[in-house]
Amino acid sequence: MSASSRLIDGMSRRHFMSHAAGAAALAAPATAFTNSILANAADLKKRHKSAILLWMGGGPSTMDIWDLKPGAATGGPFKPISTSADGIQICEHMPLMAQQMHHMSLVRSMSTREADHMRGRYYMHTGYVPNPNVEHPSYGAVIAHELADQVPDLEIPPFVSVGSGSVGPGFLGMSWSPFVVDSNGNVRNLDMGIDPTRLSQRLEMLSAIEEKFIGEKRGASSDDHAKVLSKTVKLMTSDQMESFKVMKEPKDVQDRYGNTGFGRGCLMARRLVEQGVPFVEVDLGGWDNHADIFKTLSDNKLPELDKAMAALVSDLAERGLLDDTAIIWMGEFSRTPNINGNGGRDHWARSWSVAVGGAGFKRGVVVGETSSDGKEVVTEPYSAQDLMASVLKSLDISLETTFTAKNGRPMKIANAGKVIKELFA
Amino acid sequence: MARHVYSERCRSKSAFFGAYLLIAGFLTAVAPIAAAAREKDEHFGLPEVKFINEQVAAGWSDAKLKPSEPASDQEWCRRVHLDIIGRVPTVRELDDYVADSSPVKRADLVGRLLGDDYVDEYARNWADVWTTVLVGRSLENDNVNRSGMRQWLRRSFSKNVPYDRFVSELVTASGVNKAGEKGFNGATNFLSGKLEDNGIQATAKTAQVFLGLQVQCTQCHNHPFNKGKQNQFWEFNAFFRQVRALRKFEGTRDVQAIELVDEDWAGEGGNASQAELYYELRNGQMKVAYPVFIDGTTVDSTGYLPAKMDDGTEYGVNRRQALAQLIVDSPLMPRAAVNRIWSHFFGYGFTRPIDDLGEHNAPSHPELLDGLGERFRGQSFDTKELIRWITLSHAYSLSSRIGKGNAADDPAVGEKPKFSHFYLRQMRPEELYQSLLTATEADQAEEKGEKAARKKDEWLSQFIIAFGTDEGDEATTFNGSIPQVLMMFNGDLVKTATGTGKGGFLDRVAASGMTNAQRIDSLYAAALARKPTRKEIKLANQMMVARKGDAISALQDIWWAVLNSNEFIINH
Repeated sequence: MSASSRLIDGMSRRHFMSHAAGAAALAAPATAFTNSILANAADLKKRHKSAILLWMGGGPSTMDIWDLKPGAATGGPFKPISTSADGIQICEHMPLMAQQMHHMSLVRSMSTREADHMRGRYYMHTGYVPNPNVEHPSYGAVIAHELADQVPDLEIPPFVSVGSGSVGPGFLGMSWSPFVVDSNGNVRNLDMGIDPTRLSQRLEMLSAIEEKFIGEKRGASSDDHAKVLSKTVKLMTSDQMESFKVMKEPKDVQDRYGNTGFGRGCLMARRLVEQGVPFVEVDLGGWDNHADIFKTLSDNKLPELDKAMAALVSDLAERGLLDDTAIIWMGEFSRTPNINGNGGRDHWARSWSVAVGGAGFKRGVVVGETSSDGKEVVTEPYSAQDLMASVLKSLDISLETTFTAKNGRPMKIANAGKVIKELFA
Repeated sequence: MARHVYSERCRSKSAFFGAYLLIAGFLTAVAPIAAAAREKDEHFGLPEVKFINEQVAAGWSDAKLKPSEPASDQEWCRRVHLDIIGRVPTVRELDDYVADSSPVKRADLVGRLLGDDYVDEYARNWADVWTTVLVGRSLENDNVNRSGMRQWLRRSFSKNVPYDRFVSELVTASGVNKAGEKGFNGATNFLSGKLEDNGIQATAKTAQVFLGLQVQCTQCHNHPFNKGKQNQFWEFNAFFRQVRALRKFEGTRDVQAIELVDEDWAGEGGNASQAELYYELRNGQMKVAYPVFIDGTTVDSTGYLPAKMDDGTEYGVNRRQALAQLIVDSPLMPRAAVNRIWSHFFGYGFTRPIDDLGEHNAPSHPELLDGLGERFRGQSFDTKELIRWITLSHAYSLSSRIGKGNAADDPAVGEKPKFSHFYLRQMRPEELYQSLLTATEADQAEEKGEKAARKKDEWLSQFIIAFGTDEGDEATTFNGSIPQVLMMFNGDLVKTATGTGKGGFLDRVAASGMTNAQRIDSLYAAALARKPTRKEIKLANQMMVARKGDAISALQDIWWAVLNSNEFIINH
């Protein structure tokens, strides 16, 4: 076993530190790393808040999942079934989630205007419509930024994205960008294969070049590079990387989540939240069902979703993590109530649903209502920024927070969205 | 082709001035002529460069900006190699340029990089750039043959095919998309993966890439914030209804190829002489559409391809050919091209995003954009000339160091770019890959052409994220985040580049008979195009001591640090 592959287990990390501390002069990143270890010797886990976003890329048809319209011409073939939450019915192809609905709530009155994939994806992730002159931070960057202080001993990135790339940190800067991993939890290129003393000497040399270039004042990306270097060094030598290793879970647990990419992603999300990661996004794509939607949903998408999501919700509840962990299920938009000539549904943003639960959210309630054909929201409509404000509130993040964009303009957190009151007791 | 070999022309001109002086023999004439020559030198005798310089400078004075100092020779040499041929200069190329004392050495270098000596590297670089534009980086799409696409692009760029013909060949391509198959035409790969669902993607991408129009929203409804109307989308879409993508079989063997063919189209109404399509309004009402270009120009609505009747009368229309002609004649095409190519060299175009030139998205330099577009057309769409004008401009020669007088010019914070200093940007992954090969002199040993390109594709695939939509949207984690740093720290590519095996780069540097100081100098030159500072030399020497005289291991550590630095990966 090489020296550096031993670095990832606990014992040899201390071994690494004794070497590193012995090195004549340490590179800045390595020093920061040493300090954080010393400062957090006492491994006391404080209660921390987290959020998990289940991102349904492509735009899932929510009237076939959370807001069924049996009998309507637009309703499609699926039947509603009752759930563990009084008065809430969902799709018959979600039987496992039906047993968990007392932990979740539905907002059936989402009404947005962005029905293009990339625009909708950006809007739902940030609460802002795309603007060529400013990049806004996504859920993950905002929540990681606001909650990172609660987990000072966290050595792995505070914003992890499983499968998809999520939306970036915008003006909060590259160091809040998502750490993207595949659903097997493999992180490429972790092993340098040299001894720690030599690594710290290399880092010292590297720091000298970085500092010189930064000192020449050429723009922010040179500083960003150095910040990300420092985070990388921290992560490379951390035993917290274990929390990505979803394959180390017992087989029956893996089976419960379903042996799918999304299932493993949800299981990893649980492990990461246990480790203290403030924000995890898990991607499930394949909802862009312009053709043959019902077979795709009943045979494929819904069983995969149902199994993994139900296992995640029940696990978090059983482990006492749900009260501190918000769950958000959404896509960039939904699909047309009208069924098209190919047996599919097209893009639709005017009336649709999202599911939320955990953290400070009231459980087992339905907010809002759509018309009998699903084409209109008949109660007060809610926007991406309203949803984002509500999620932040559920995590006790102050909605008075204002960021300063790089151009000096103040930006209210969640685009000053209004909290959806019915989601709170 | 008029000004293809610029440097020669320029030299003959100075020779002409010299001769004039000798013959005329008037010493008093020296001063005004020297001034005129200097004036010419600033623009290298090119009116287009003069135009760019004046337009950009007008923007500076409007915004009260003082441009940065010029970049050093080394910085400029590195930059222009990266941007034109997609890699850092070799130590030799750098030394030659720095040693050159000609007042027009910048024009000479650009001329060389655009000339025969570098034609393969030029073509490889621009084929990489355009493969990404036309078919993305993902390897997943079965209906696209990346190899075929790239081979066609490489051939186009090595022949410097005029841009209008380039566009036309892509839009009208028919034939088989896979090299080696009968009837191969790699250009078909632009459309071969975009014809499903009645060619919605073909419609959106053609408008976006070649006209700078974002029409994808208007598929379903009128555009929320510009004049785009739903009928325009479907009228544009009607141009793609004669083309079919057929999966090729050889006997029963699926040869993994697509053939694009144009066929008579009967229309959705079943009347080929009035071949129409239908689309649905938001309220469920059905509307009819025939081929109409974005500017309102209509094309005969027949679905028949051109043919002759028995009596010799000609009839029919090839809709894609009609569309290609309309695109090429449109003033939008050169604007879209200029904006794309300008942004390649400056990191920012005149609009954000560069492929949205709609009326709602005002450009930062409207006159420059239009004027360059007209000049590009006037130069018969010679892409190399456009590149020459841009790279010889004053703005492109500036340092990336920001001064007191231009700190406000920062497009990264959302300001419109004023190009008063060079904007930092990370190398594209393809540039990094190629630069590592160059810096370690591994490219001579590498396979050439398509085999090498496929290896690069595989390496790139680790950074590609697909979003799972029908439109094939994708992103890259090669964006300065942790996975990229891990790849640079520990990935195979860098492991190979910093390897100490016999005959490898470090081995050759170590065995070269140079002093340690010279060895360190050459590592810095190869990667950073500069000399090490005193502090860096001190650290390097400490490294030599720490490795107890094992020179090659110490060089390995230094080389690793240099390659991992911001200064290496950021084009500055």
